[in-house]
Parts: sequence; structure tokens; C-alpha cells
Amino acid sequence: MSEAAVAVPSMGRVRWIGFRTIVIREYGRIMRIWGQTLVPSAVTATLYFVIFGSLIGRRVGQMGGFDYMQFIAPGLIMMSVITNSYGNVVSSFFGAKFGKHIEELLVSPLPSWIIVAGYICGGLVRGMMVGLVVTVVSLIFAQLHVQHLGIVIAAVVLTSVIFALGGFINAVFAKNFEQVNWIPTFVLTPLTYFGGVFYSVDLLPGWARAASHVNPILHMVNAFRYGFLGVSDVSVVQAFVIMLAAAVLLFVVALRLMQKGIGIRD
Amino acid sequence: MDLAALSVRGLTKTYSNGVEALKGVDLDVEQGDFFALLGPNGAGKTTLIGVVTSLINKTQGTASIFGHDIDRQLELAKTCIGVVPQELNFNMWETPLTIVVNQAGFYGVPRRIALERAEKYLTLLSLWDRRNKWARSLSGGMKRRLMIARALMHQPRLLILDEPTAGVDIEIRRSMWELLKEINASGTTIILTTHYLEEAENLCRNIAIINKGRIVESDRMGNLLRRLHTETFVLNLRAPLSVAPVVPGFAVTRVDDTTLEAEISKDQNLNDLFAALTAQGVQVLSMRNKVNRLEEIFMQLVEGGAHHV
Repeated sequence: MSEAAVAVPSMGRVRWIGFRTIVIREYGRIMRIWGQTLVPSAVTATLYFVIFGSLIGRRVGQMGGFDYMQFIAPGLIMMSVITNSYGNVVSSFFGAKFGKHIEELLVSPLPSWIIVAGYICGGLVRGMMVGLVVTVVSLIFAQLHVQHLGIVIAAVVLTSVIFALGGFINAVFAKNFEQVNWIPTFVLTPLTYFGGVFYSVDLLPGWARAASHVNPILHMVNAFRYGFLGVSDVSVVQAFVIMLAAAVLLFVVALRLMQKGIGIRD
Repeated sequence: MDLAALSVRGLTKTYSNGVEALKGVDLDVEQGDFFALLGPNGAGKTTLIGVVTSLINKTQGTASIFGHDIDRQLELAKTCIGVVPQELNFNMWETPLTIVVNQAGFYGVPRRIALERAEKYLTLLSLWDRRNKWARSLSGGMKRRLMIARALMHQPRLLILDEPTAGVDIEIRRSMWELLKEINASGTTIILTTHYLEEAENLCRNIAIINKGRIVESDRMGNLLRRLHTETFVLNLRAPLSVAPVVPGFAVTRVDDTTLEAEISKDQNLNDLFAALTAQGVQVLSMRNKVNRLEEIFMQLVEGGAHHV
């Protein structure tokens, strides 16, 4: 038994296999509880399209030069990506803390950055899977043509990573399941609804438009919408600068928390 | 030069609530050893294991695993350790196969090899036929065995078991002892904490006793047992007695009609006792130790300090 173990392992290989294992485990979790992870967003998106798009949207007419359905489709996809990337990491990491199986990773030789990266990648996988499902639902109701594929992919990946990191930080601090739901309910949902998913900020009075620009979700949704429709309420370059800065900042915070063992080590 | 499997110097841990769980622990465990770490509840055993496995941040001191300092080479140190914690800490919503294969992955074991080892260790621990059931559906003993299988998946050089047989029935406990002996014989160093002192006496070659955050004794098991001054034996008699027989030099007391207790010191021998009893017509059917020898030393050390032994 000890013979094989005495050889000093390549830490690069250990990290890569460890990272892959975390992602595969997260994917397994998503698929195991698909009724909770993949289906709800499809149902919600369908309801939004039927009620806001088909019934109310018919009276709204055009928004930003496009059918209302076409206008809200990118926003609805992005909304589901945000909710699911965040929700996946916050529930999985907090569940691991609560059930103590986070110790499986803490005693392993994987460094903190690999553990954070693994969970974030798990959130990204869920965000992309749900985004794809909602895109398929969108295609039933609206015609979507991609104008800038690179921007669509970059915006959705960055947004997913940012909210996965947010979910991770929330899970680190959460002491009970109630605290897992605080941020999504009182912060994410209002920011998303005021983030230009359902309307163009050009419709708002000056002060509200200015206030909306402080909301990072507005920039994410508009960058994503630009990739599909070629129009945006904000500067796309500025949106990507904000997203990149947020991703780097949140990763540094998450990593620092993990290294210090806040909430997970005595 | 052989590096110690575990070397700890001046280790202290003060929790945020002010509790001093470790107060300057020094400990060495040789490579290949089967080492017992004993102590009453709250003595600091689990904290010590927690620090070594990086589940708990130490306050001061150093620890190294096979020469890898946990401050400077934590990742390398952790590749050497397999840990079976006291509390269940796997995902109850996963299957045993998933749990052990994933754990191997966290230590960099490729999936193909992990699957081979999963069959080997789950079979060894009689869990292979339950490999695809939810972990939460396993019995208490199966869950404990699953944690042992999981800890073996990356074939660690040092296996740390924190009360692995708690709540396990005697048959399974004995089969686990055999397995641990085999693992140790194959070269893996084992550190065991247990409340079953019989377990420590049967399995371990070296022992440390920790109490109130300090190591109060560390010695070879044989040396420690030899330091016991007296042992009490329970004698079951063939015929009832109304009074205890008087045996010069021995303290013999009557427990009931057919049971006596005799206290024997290190410089006395049982032959003299039996000869005296036989001369008085007392026939002994069977005899046993009143308490486990290690338990007696343990109680003396923990309750009264080392000078009483």
C-alpha cells in the first residue's frame, strides 16, 4: 500500500484531477436534482413569455426598435443564468458546510483557489445549461438572431462567473438556510427587475436612468442583448470593464475567505 | 534517516471563545507505527487531529507529516494523510461508490484507478453490494466503514482514525481490527483514538495519553502496562463460601457466595494464591481481570496525574 504512495505526486496533476472531480460532482448534483435545477427556469421563462410577451407585449408594441418578445428574450435568458449560477453555488457550498462534507475537500491537498474555481465552474455549468434551456423556450416565442456571437458568449460566461462567486461568498457567511435566501430575495431579484430585462432605460426619467446605471445587472443584460440585437442602453465596452473588474474582485474576496477558513475552519 | 510520520512541537490551540484545547503538545509518531492517542472527552484529541489535517487553524507550534511542514508544504503533507473523522462527514445524498471515487479524485487519483480501488476497498469493508444505494440508507456501522474505505482510496502513508469503531457491533469491530492490522502490516502508519481501551491495547504498539490539552504520558504500550502496580482478578468458585478465605499476603474479598476478588501486586504470583486457596479447599472454576489493564492506568493518569502510576 505505502509503496505507491511514497512517490511524491505531481501537484499540477493532483490539482487538475481534483478540479475536474469537483466540476463532475457539481454536474452530477445538477442532473440528480434536475427537477429543482433545470426545470423551474424553463417554466418561469414560459410564463414570462406568455404573460409579459404575448398578452401584455402585444399592447406594448416595439421596444428599442424590436418586437417586445425579441427585446425581453435576452434579458430573460440572462435572468435565469444569474439566478441559477448564484443558486447553484450558494446551495451546494452551504449544503456541504451544513452536512460537513466540505471537510472532504478541506483535508485534501487541493489549494483554496482550486476549490473556489471548482465550485464557480459548477455554477457556470448550471448557468449555461439553464441558459440553453431558456434559449430553446425563447425560440418558441420569438425569433432570435445572433449579431455578435463572441459578445453573447463572453457576456453570459462573465455574468455567470460573477454570480457564482457571489453565491460562494454568500454561502461562506451563511449560518443557516434562511441566510442563503436573503441575498437572492432582497438584492438579486430587485436588481434584476430594475436591470432592464423588461424595459429600455430610455423610457425612464433622467434621475432613474442615472440610478439604473449603478446597477451592474443593467450592464450585463445590455451587453448580452447587444450580442443578439445589436442595440444597447449602455456602452458595451464599459459593461465588459465592469464585469471583468467585478469578476476579479469577487474572486479575490472568495479566495481570501477560503484561505482564512471563514465559516468553515475553527 | 527515517522521518517521523508525525512530529508535533509546542502545538497550542485557543478557540475564539477562549477555550484552550491544546496547551503545548509535543508528539512523535514513528513511521510504520500503530499508535494510540487516548484521552477523555474534551481532552484535545480531535483538536489535535483537526490541526494536523488542517480542519482547525492552530494558534502556535509546528507539525510535520513525513517531514512536510504543514505551514510550508501543506499540500504535500496532506497527500500523505488519510483521515477517518469522529463525525459522519459525507454527502448522504450520494452513493458510496460516488463518495469514494470523488474522494480519490480530490487527491489526484485518475478515475480508472479510483474505480478499481473503489471495488477493492468497498469489498474489503463489505460495502460493495451497497455501492449504488444512497449513503443515508446505510446502517451506522456501514457509514463508519464507508469513511474508512474513503480514507484508504488514495492509499495514504498515514491513516488517522478518530474513534472509528464507535457504535459498531463487536463482530464488525473485530473484522475492522483485522483490516487495520493488515493495513498497518503493509507499511501504513496508523494513529488511532478510541474510547475502547481494549482496542488500543490489542492493536497499538505505542501510546500517548492526552488530558486537558497536554500529553500526560507517551510510551510503548508494553512499558506502560508493566508500570501497573496491582491488578484485581475476579475468581469464580465451584462451591459457595459464607466468608472470604484468609490468604496471607493477598487481599481477598468476597463478592457473593461463589465470587471472590483478589488484588495481586507486581511482585506476587498467582501460583501462591492458588496454592493457598487449594489448601483451604477452595476450588476456582474460572478467573478474569476485573478491569482492562490499560483502563486502570488510563484512569490513574487522567484522574490523578502521572505520579500515581
